[in-house]
Amino acid sequence: MKADVLRVQGLQVHYHTPLGAVKAADNISFSLKADERLGFAGESGSGKSTMALAILRMIKPPGQIEAGEVWLDGLNLMTLSEEEMRQVRLARIALVPQGSMNSLNPVTRIKEQIADALTDHGVRMSKRQVEERVRDLLQSVGLRPEVANMFPHELSGGMKQRACIAIAISLHPKVIIADEPTSALDVVVQKQVMETLARVQKDLEASVILVGHDMGVVAQFVDRLGVMYAGKLVEVSPVRDIFTKPLHPYTQMLIASLPSLEQKGTFQGIPGLPPLLRDLPPGCAFHPRCPYAFDRCQTEEPLSREARPNCWAACHLLS
Amino acid sequence: MRRNISLVIGIVLLSGLVLFVGIGHIVVDTSKSRALSAPAMKPPSFQYPFGTDRQGRDLLAVMVAGTPLTLRIGFIAGFLGVGVGAILGFVSAYYRGKVDVIIRGIADIGLTVPGLLVLIIIAVSIKEGLTVDQMAIIVASLAWLNPTRTIRAQVLSLRERGYVEVARLSGMSGPEIIFKEMMPNLLPYLAATLVNTVSNAILASIGLEVLGLGPIESPTLGMTLYWVNYNAALLNGWWWWWTAPIVIILVVFLGLFFLTVGLDEIANPRLRRAV
Amino acid sequence: MTTLLEARHVTKIFGGGLFDRNSIVALEGFSMAIDGDRPSITAVVGESGSGKTTLARLLLGLVTPTRGQVLYKGRDLQRMAHADWRAFRRDVQVIFQDPYEVYNPFYRVDHVLTTPVSKFKLASSKAEARALIEDVLKAVGLRSEETLGRFPHQLSGGQRQRVMVARALLLRPRLILADEPVSMVDASLRASILGSLRNMNLELGISIMYITHDLATAYQISENIVVLYRGSVAEAGDVELVVKHPQHPYTQLLISSIPLASAERTWTTETVVGPAGLQAAGSAGCKFADRCPFATSPCLQAAPPLFQTNRYRAVSCYLYQSAPALSVEEMVKAFAEPAKLSRVGSSGTPMTA
Repeated sequence: MKADVLRVQGLQVHYHTPLGAVKAADNISFSLKADERLGFAGESGSGKSTMALAILRMIKPPGQIEAGEVWLDGLNLMTLSEEEMRQVRLARIALVPQGSMNSLNPVTRIKEQIADALTDHGVRMSKRQVEERVRDLLQSVGLRPEVANMFPHELSGGMKQRACIAIAISLHPKVIIADEPTSALDVVVQKQVMETLARVQKDLEASVILVGHDMGVVAQFVDRLGVMYAGKLVEVSPVRDIFTKPLHPYTQMLIASLPSLEQKGTFQGIPGLPPLLRDLPPGCAFHPRCPYAFDRCQTEEPLSREARPNCWAACHLLS
Repeated sequence: MRRNISLVIGIVLLSGLVLFVGIGHIVVDTSKSRALSAPAMKPPSFQYPFGTDRQGRDLLAVMVAGTPLTLRIGFIAGFLGVGVGAILGFVSAYYRGKVDVIIRGIADIGLTVPGLLVLIIIAVSIKEGLTVDQMAIIVASLAWLNPTRTIRAQVLSLRERGYVEVARLSGMSGPEIIFKEMMPNLLPYLAATLVNTVSNAILASIGLEVLGLGPIESPTLGMTLYWVNYNAALLNGWWWWWTAPIVIILVVFLGLFFLTVGLDEIANPRLRRAV
Repeated sequence: MTTLLEARHVTKIFGGGLFDRNSIVALEGFSMAIDGDRPSITAVVGESGSGKTTLARLLLGLVTPTRGQVLYKGRDLQRMAHADWRAFRRDVQVIFQDPYEVYNPFYRVDHVLTTPVSKFKLASSKAEARALIEDVLKAVGLRSEETLGRFPHQLSGGQRQRVMVARALLLRPRLILADEPVSMVDASLRASILGSLRNMNLELGISIMYITHDLATAYQISENIVVLYRGSVAEAGDVELVVKHPQHPYTQLLISSIPLASAERTWTTETVVGPAGLQAAGSAGCKFADRCPFATSPCLQAAPPLFQTNRYRAVSCYLYQSAPALSVEEMVKAFAEPAKLSRVGSSGTPMTA
């Protein structure tokens, strides 16, 4: 049994708006093992990006981490000072953020951006060592060494994204969090970037958390998959179980809503609309749209329980 | 209100001015703003709170009578300038092509010519005495140049919006799209441009008046400063003569400036609440 | 057979002239006719840079072709009279990708529905207009009391897009061009919006041209498919054939790159094909040749014509040159349903840089 590299317990993130507190992430708990790939899939507003940012303590006001613990190799990140957290970010746990290809500095060359990341973390290396490291990093993400001297606008979308991955792994973190890393990329390029991420993970012997709305991409990459809805984690199971025997009705209906390439006429949507996060229905957040809802669902919020070995879901049908 | 302090300050300043003029007209005898209506060169006293000038004008009456005149020049010129500028800017940006090239060309060339110079030449060539309204027209003749360019730039980006295309596909004609789809979204921007143009117009008119090219008979703020200059009031130590108009001009410009900043905050989509 | 809308040897080049190095060839020698008699659903699939959005804009008359013509009922769009344009706007409607941009933030969402009603005189009284609008809203699964009277930012992306579909329905067009209608909508809502499109086709006889990068949804709702690569047609035909048994190397690459939401690992093969280089405008030869594992020297010299390898499918690739070629002049049916397809083959002027 591999050790837990990351353990999140009861993470709670609220956004304080003039209209009330919005529970963007509600009581999220999960663990990530060494060398493991864990995915979080959910639609817009499900809280997956919020959760990813919260783990890194990158939530900005009016958002606030109300409660929860994040244990990284035995160290509770929530107790660290801002300065200590800064050291942990990138060095031990790195983020490939959403739309990261647009967050590259347009007037700086790639090698300088990577070097900046290194020096920012107090890494003392000679100029030649930095250049070597940059070259190694670019090679590990499949980019030619000439890319180091290029500007972001000279690179294609996929290349930019791989450059962002290179920056993220520059200090050899143990955990990589990728938040929608391929959402703006074409399908062919997307596959190449995900292959790069897989290779990088193997080289570093790191763990990856992949957050995305495209169930297909997430499913093809990860070992275990968590499904999020309205800020809650409704199911976490190995990928095989999720697709062959999904536990939570939302998971089932979400999978049914995905169009397949095998057979026509098989996909159908989930009726109704996702709830407004500041106006959640009582009890289970999914009950208004759930075909199996019964009276308990309207009053009591279901707790996550292990219905099968290593398969967790929060649904009253399982008790 | 708390979010837009500039707007509040601007409104307060300008309202103060309006009150001053309004109450002043009731309380003060504005006929005293003409020459020879009061003893000359009196420093401020209870009877003449702003003092009098060399030609025997009651300066308080001058301020009360003159401020609205100056403002009127500014507003007429400002409205004319933005009105013409908006029409030209919309037409130029929406239809593109030759119309755009011509309008843009004229505006660009016009902007390179020193404005004050042109105004001076125009003012000098008018032989008979200038009225306040004629001043306004003169200033307006150049006031449309900048609004044309800036409004054109705004419309250029607006016309690429999805809803403009949808309107076109729904059968709306060009002018309809300009008025019904684009104009409402530009109202805050137009308001800010208007205030800006009024401000510039007042400045231009005061500039002309100080040079003596304004309506000589009228007690406008600029003309007062002309007389201050003519009579070397600064050197002679008649401080009350130039203090009053300068303070009022300051209030006008500060008020308009804060109003512009405040309106700009409303117009700038980045500062609006997110969709 | 009357043709409703047709693209004839349409080429669109952006930026600069024919031989300018900085120009981008968005679409090259594209021809396609949409039947006015029998309603069809055709998918046009391609990645970014394929020219699919340009094609949509050309067909709507929002953009003029550099070469070739777009014809509405036989009349060139560029030379149509005003009356013809009105008829065109009634017959051909569009659903855009972005459900946020298409709404004027100044008005309530009713505005996008009432404008076409009044402009095209669809109702003779206010009550009739209101009834008409409520009907179309119901047809797309929206409740008018939840939708009308609201501002755009008060509705969700999915609701906004559904209102757009309702708007297209108001005019009872003959053809709806749907340009990525669900790519900015949540997965669970996509099915219902696409379902509405499908119903409009089956029940109301409206033809749909579904333009997208998402092969899976294209497969689900279309009868025929056209695969575009960098402005040229790679493969076209019956969607079952093209998707289940792709013949063009690009189509094969595309399909193998699609991540399936299933327990099976289909993403196992390392991508053999190299990355797309930056486009060299005006180079002769097959557009895919620089990445194709099967490329040979004829591929680099001249772009291949469409070879009809099956009654219901055509491929633009020399691997299939034993099959009969579709020539420029005659438009041969390659589709299972009556949308026709042809393109400028190697007999078209190859562009030299």
